[in-house]
Amino acid sequence: MALRPEHEIHTRRFGRNLGVGLTLGAFILVVFAMTVVKVTEGGGMLDPATQGATATKEGTP
Amino acid sequence: MTDIRAFEGPQEAGFGDYVQLLKQRVMSLVVFTALVGILVAPVSVHPVLAFVSILFIALGGGASGALNMWWDADIDAVMRRTKNRPVPSGRVQSGEALGLGMGLSGLSVLMLGLAANWLAAALLAFTIFFYVVIYSMWLKRSTPQNIVIGGAAGAFPPMIGWACATGGVSVESLLMFALIFMWTPPHFWALALFMKDDYSNAGVPMLTVTHGRKSTRKHVLVYTILLAPVALAAGFTSIGGPIYMTVAVVLNALFLRGAWRIWKRDEVMAEADSYAVEKSVFRFSLYYLFLLFGAFLAEAALRPFGLGGW
Repeated sequence: MALRPEHEIHTRRFGRNLGVGLTLGAFILVVFAMTVVKVTEGGGMLDPATQGATATKEGTP
Repeated sequence: MTDIRAFEGPQEAGFGDYVQLLKQRVMSLVVFTALVGILVAPVSVHPVLAFVSILFIALGGGASGALNMWWDADIDAVMRRTKNRPVPSGRVQSGEALGLGMGLSGLSVLMLGLAANWLAAALLAFTIFFYVVIYSMWLKRSTPQNIVIGGAAGAFPPMIGWACATGGVSVESLLMFALIFMWTPPHFWALALFMKDDYSNAGVPMLTVTHGRKSTRKHVLVYTILLAPVALAAGFTSIGGPIYMTVAVVLNALFLRGAWRIWKRDEVMAEADSYAVEKSVFRFSLYYLFLLFGAFLAEAALRPFGLGGW
């Protein structure tokens, strides 16, 4: 038997902590993925002066 | 000591209550239209950066929803439809909603600037400002045209998506903005005709209350007429094409027919069939926007095969 009985509020707090933890984990993954792409692409997502011409989709003016 | 004290205090929020502050249903429209804005733009975007951009545009939209719930808690508490929202029901404290909204606003703008560019981030910041300050704090309680001008906030996402890809604003993104801007009033007023929400008790000047239902019906028709040329004009730009044009002609004809039927009816007729026409026009207006933006996507998807566009 547990030393302290589980209360509904403990379940709710656990859910909240889990949610915050998973959100922070996802945020770290997003920043990491973004950093990898930025570093491998060697610049910002858009710098029209240097990237616009080469990044234009095929078949569009 | 600590746990027992907490049981006696105000109700403690769960994670879902904070998620509810972000107005997920509004976010789905934001995600879809911003995604279309990115995908139809003539500049390729790395899929990861496109995903991150959409994520933070959606989060910015959610942040403005939280700020709206913070400011409008007094209105929400009065209306049946909104009284169970996290703040008026007491599950989330008002200050928490404000803090979450402000924090997520700053985070989403910063991250969008880093993922895409600072023009897109500035447009997102302006959208949040427009929705919270111009719409929620000012227009919503002061004019029955609140829906018209406030609709601009919901119209920005495709423009932000386009700016993420191209770094600029163009006639295409302006027309996507105008499309949602002009679509919002007839969409919302069709809803207001049959929802019979208690706006008057809440002190919100809705057109149905201030100008009457007959005038609201006329407004639905007028705005639907004004919407049609905007929708068709978008078809002549680089994001349009024969598929979009066909879809736009059919959908606008159907929308006009629905708006005409709303205008021709009075309250006695509407109550006799439980607002069947108003409800069907409201449902149709949702498909209308989804299908038009879907047609933009179809044109963009077929373009590499020489099929999309003019």
